[in-house]
Amino acid sequence: MEDTTRCAAGDWVEVERVLLEPADRAVNLPEDTAAQPLRMWVKGFARTAATVGDELTVETMTGREVTGTLFEVNPGYFHTFGKPTPELTAVGPDLRARVAAYRKAGG
Amino acid sequence: MAGRTEAILARKGEIMKRALGMDYAHFERSPIAFDYEGMMAAHGYSLEDIIRIQLAAGVGKTPLLELRNLTDLIRSYAEPGHGARLFVKDEAANMAGSFKDRRASISIHAAKEKGYAGVIAATSGNYGAAVSSQAARASLDCIIVQEAFDSRHVGQPEIIEKSRICEAFGAEVVQLTVGPELFSHMLELLDETGYLAASLYSAFGISGIESLGWELAEEMTAATGAPPTHVVVTHAGGGNTTGTARGLRRAGALSTQIVSASVDLSGLHMASDTDFNRKSFTTGHTGFGVPFATWPDRADVPRNAARSLRYMDRYLTVTQGEVFYVTEAMAKLEGLERGPSGNTAMAAAMSLARDLPRDATVVVQETEYTGAGKHHWAQLNFARANGVEVRAGDPTESVPGASIVIPERPEQIRAKDFDMGKMRRSYVRNALAHAGEGYTPTSEDIEFLAADTHSDAESVEAIIASLKEA
Repeated sequence: MEDTTRCAAGDWVEVERVLLEPADRAVNLPEDTAAQPLRMWVKGFARTAATVGDELTVETMTGREVTGTLFEVNPGYFHTFGKPTPELTAVGPDLRARVAAYRKAGG
Repeated sequence: MAGRTEAILARKGEIMKRALGMDYAHFERSPIAFDYEGMMAAHGYSLEDIIRIQLAAGVGKTPLLELRNLTDLIRSYAEPGHGARLFVKDEAANMAGSFKDRRASISIHAAKEKGYAGVIAATSGNYGAAVSSQAARASLDCIIVQEAFDSRHVGQPEIIEKSRICEAFGAEVVQLTVGPELFSHMLELLDETGYLAASLYSAFGISGIESLGWELAEEMTAATGAPPTHVVVTHAGGGNTTGTARGLRRAGALSTQIVSASVDLSGLHMASDTDFNRKSFTTGHTGFGVPFATWPDRADVPRNAARSLRYMDRYLTVTQGEVFYVTEAMAKLEGLERGPSGNTAMAAAMSLARDLPRDATVVVQETEYTGAGKHHWAQLNFARANGVEVRAGDPTESVPGASIVIPERPEQIRAKDFDMGKMRRSYVRNALAHAGEGYTPTSEDIEFLAADTHSDAESVEAIIASLKEA
C-alpha cells in the first residue's frame, strides 16, 4: 500500500508554514482572526526524503524554494457536487409547467 | 515577524512601481483628483488592439443568447404589457471559464511585452484560473495567492476548485488562512520574484473588459436593431461594471442603463475567521461591492482603474437563496448550467425585467463555469455542513451567515435598490478623509468627485456642506 506519511526526494508534496504568529498579526482584525496564526500552504517537489511533520524544503512550480513542515504527500482534490438540494428539486418541473401553461393560454 | 511585515509594507511604493510597470504619481493632480482617463490610456492599447490581443489568446466573441423560456416565465406573472426580453452573454465560453479571461489576457500580454518572467495575482476567484491559463499560453511563470482556509484548514469548495484549476494550468498556488496580511505576503513574493503584479484593478485589467461591453452592444444591435436598454452586471470590486460600461460607451450605447447587482451579505465580516465559511458566495457580494464602490482606492494599486460609481445607474441586491433558485432555473429552462456567482446579475435581471415594458431589452453580461465545488448544490451542502440553515420560504426572511431561504415561486425574486445617494455621500466622505484633515477641495476636485460619483458639482458641494454640519 502507498505510504502517505513519507516522501522521497522529487515527490510532489505540500508543506505548511506559519507566516505570522497571533502576536504579530495586523491591528484591527476581528478577535476570532487575531487569535489565530496566519498559516500558509504551498505545493512543490520535495528536495529530500521526509515524514509528515518534518521540516522540508520544496521547489515550487515557479522554481522558488519554500521551507515548511511536510503536510501531505501527493495532495489531492476531493470537492464534489454532493446530493441534490431538496428545496430545488421541484423548480424544474414547476417552471416548465408554468411556461407551457402561459404559452397554451396564448401568452 | 511583525518587523518583517512593517519592513515590507514600508517598501510598498517601490515594489509596486516596479511590479506594475508604471508610475502612478504621474497622474496625480491633488490629494483628491487624478487624471483617470490619462491613466487608462497610458498603456497605449486601443480597443482594436485589445480585441486583436484577446482573439489571439482565445478570449472573447462569446455567444449572446436570448433566454426565451425565462422571458415567458417572467411574462406569465408580470403585470400586463410587462416583462422585458432577457439575454445573456455566455462568458463561461472563454478559455478558463469566465469573463476574467478578458482582464488576464491584457495583463499577460503586457507582462510578455515588457519582459517580465512571470506574473502574480492575489485572488481566490475565477481571476486566478484566467491568469494561470493565459500565463501558460504565454510561457510565463505564475503565482496565485489565495485566501483559502479558515483556521481549521476548511475551505469553501468553490475556492478549493479554484486552487485545483490554477494548479491544473501549472500555476504555483500559495494558500493562506483568513486575513488582510495576504497583501504583505504578495509584496514579499513580488519582491522575491520580480514578476508583474497582474492586479485586477490595473488599467490593463479594466481595459480588457471594455471589449465585452463593446461586443454586446454590437451583438444586440444586430439581434434587435438597437443596443440593450439595460445591462445588468454582477458587482464586487467594480471592474466588471467599469469595463462593461466603458465598452458600451465606446460602442455608442449612451442610453443603456448600467445596473450593478450583488448578493446581500450584510452583517458578515470579511476578515472574520468564523464568518469566512458561513457565506456561500466568495465574490459578487456586498462585502466587496459596497466598500469598493464607495472607496475604490482601497485596492492593491495606488489608483484603482475600476471606479464603478462613475458608471452605475442603479445598484440592486439579491439574496443567496434567490441566486441559487435562478441558477437551478437557468439549467432546467435554458439548458445553461453555470456557476452561481455569475448568476447574481441574472437574479437581479429577472426582478428588473418583470417591472419593465415588453419592448425593453435586458442583458446579463456574464456567466461563469460550474463544476465540482462551484456547483450550487455543492455550495448549499457546504452551507448546511457549516451550520447555516437552508430552507424553502420567503427569501426576505434570510439572514446572511445564519440562513439561506430559497424561494418557493419565481414571483418571490425581488431585488432591492441600494441607496445610490448614500453611496455617493460615503464616497465623498472617504475622499475627504484620505485627503487629510483641513484640506479644502478645489474646483478641480469637485469636478473630479462629480465624475467619480456619476453626479454633478452642485450635488457634490451639497454633500460636502452636509458632511461639515454632521
